[in-house]
Amino acid sequence: MASIEFDNVSRSFDGGIDAVHKLNLNISDGEFMVLVGPSGCGKSTLLRMAAGLEEITSGEIRIGGRAVNHIPAQQRNVAMVFQNYALYPHMTVRRNLDFPLRMQRLSSADIERRVRHIAEMLDLVPLLERKPKALSGGQRQRVAMGRAIIREADLFLMDEPLSNLDARLRVQIRSEIVRLQKELAITTLYVTHDQAEAMTLGQRIAVLKEGRLQQVAQPSEIYQHPANTFVASFIGSPGMNLIRGTLRHNQGNTLLQLGPMRLILPEQVASRYTGLNSRYDQTLIAGIRPSHIRIDQEQSQTGLSARITSVESLGHETILHLATELEVDAAEITDRGVFATQPRPLIALLPGHQGFTTGDRLTLNLDIDNLCLFDPQGKAID
Amino acid sequence: MRSTRLSVLLSYLLLGGMAMLFVVPLLMMFIGSLKPDQNILVEAGSLAAFLPSDVSLQNYADVFRRSDFPRYLFNSLFITGCIVICGLLVNSMAAYAFARLQWRGRDLLFNLVLALMVLPFEAIAIPLFYGASILGLRDSYTVQIVPFIANAFAVYLFYSFFISMPKELEEAARLDGASTLRIFFSIIMPNAKPVFASVAILTFLTWWGSYLWPMMVTIGPAVRPLPVAIASFFTLPPLYWGDILAFGVMMVSPVLLLFVTFQRWFVRGVASSAIKG
Repeated sequence: MASIEFDNVSRSFDGGIDAVHKLNLNISDGEFMVLVGPSGCGKSTLLRMAAGLEEITSGEIRIGGRAVNHIPAQQRNVAMVFQNYALYPHMTVRRNLDFPLRMQRLSSADIERRVRHIAEMLDLVPLLERKPKALSGGQRQRVAMGRAIIREADLFLMDEPLSNLDARLRVQIRSEIVRLQKELAITTLYVTHDQAEAMTLGQRIAVLKEGRLQQVAQPSEIYQHPANTFVASFIGSPGMNLIRGTLRHNQGNTLLQLGPMRLILPEQVASRYTGLNSRYDQTLIAGIRPSHIRIDQEQSQTGLSARITSVESLGHETILHLATELEVDAAEITDRGVFATQPRPLIALLPGHQGFTTGDRLTLNLDIDNLCLFDPQGKAID
Repeated sequence: MRSTRLSVLLSYLLLGGMAMLFVVPLLMMFIGSLKPDQNILVEAGSLAAFLPSDVSLQNYADVFRRSDFPRYLFNSLFITGCIVICGLLVNSMAAYAFARLQWRGRDLLFNLVLALMVLPFEAIAIPLFYGASILGLRDSYTVQIVPFIANAFAVYLFYSFFISMPKELEEAARLDGASTLRIFFSIIMPNAKPVFASVAILTFLTWWGSYLWPMMVTIGPAVRPLPVAIASFFTLPPLYWGDILAFGVMMVSPVLLLFVTFQRWFVRGVASSAIKG
């Protein structure tokens, strides 16, 4: 087992595009770190650099304190589970499992003992003499896990290992992975584009966008205090609503003007931010999770009137798309803080089945205690 | 309903007719080889050419009496076998290096190899002959084997198969601690059986029937293969058609046997390498 450090690591491809740009990330011994981001954000490239399958353009990667830039993949003692499992099609499950051990020239008694142990651990005993093509997707996934675990490697890399499985199996194997990782206490770097997977699996999550690290923190921290509007909208399903507004000062109160809404920031909320008074009369972005929007069916004085433009009823929860007078930002905010030209709906998430239909009018209230504030560039205000 | 039945019938007729084009000469050769010479010549112009008459194996016995057939058969098998076996190894490894390994000048060299495919053997026969003569290699097995081991078309077939194989298999093996050679022999080769089979068959067919080069470089019967041998047998007086047909049957049989045995592999290999690539 070992820690892994990415020290100013970059990977450029021909044409000068940086897949990963000066990235710093430390994963401590035994930690489960999830790399998450949209496709093309560089997360798989980062993983492949750690594995030794991709060259490092600049910077240094250290595994267990040892720089591995020039150490070939064979000698890094790193195990990896691939998205398509990469099981050797011509070998039985047993041969697939013992291949890394045979490469290490272990004694046959030792190999046999370890194969049996892993097969029992992953429920593979009845499948040992089968070839991969005779296995189901979930079974293949378990064999791929087994082949990675059996090595007792320093580092465990997983590249979207659940993306080829159906939703039910994915949930099942997700908990299996958590159990195994805890049991083996092996440093794990797990890549996914699925934020739900990231939230449930990771001890910490690193969010990437365009090869740059956006935030590294525990899942709850990322969810509650996103470092910028990109993280806010990427994490959570649906993502955070980003509303353009202005901060005002009136008779000793700090007011947040969001469209026609004037919200008084309570003292305990305002005090979370330092230097808020230097931002009076400036534009900023308020972030509110869809689950923090309350719906009042009666018209009220303080609320915001809205019209339902679409209803997604999922049974255990209902997602409402609402047309309001608020200036709701595009989910994908750019680095320059450019706002979407198209008006976007405000999204609200309500528990259970709700009897709303498209066109209904209602009044909204925002749960102001859970508001996040961002500057016009999208960076969270401290 | 009727029109589909008619079209099936028509396509069977068409396919049958085309098959006949290939089968008729073989059939004539095989049946003729079992007949005495006078019957062959008399029946040649009629349907009787396809019917056995006075069947015996006398012509086969004559071939063995009048020529050193086992010697020629051994030469052909040995030369072709060496080219096939060494060729599979050399060409597949070259193709793997072109398809997967990173090295300076790789693409340029690969394009040069591809360009060799359009070069007919006749164009290099004279310089090759000159080279072989200087090296004193004429009338040897070496001169009939070594120049033909490396083959651009075989490299191309292997290359297009390897390039379509999922890269993750090799990456997984590399992380499992396997060296490049180990990956090639333990992971690539077992998963490339169809293309190995089709290259083997194509190479075998090419060199089993090779005539020009052995004709140029062999002097005596010692290292001479079957195609050259049958040509000289043909000119060996007296001219017995039955003997020549029997010689032909024995020369063609290994090829037919090989093709029938490995037909499934052959078709799969050509389909996977040519279409996917």
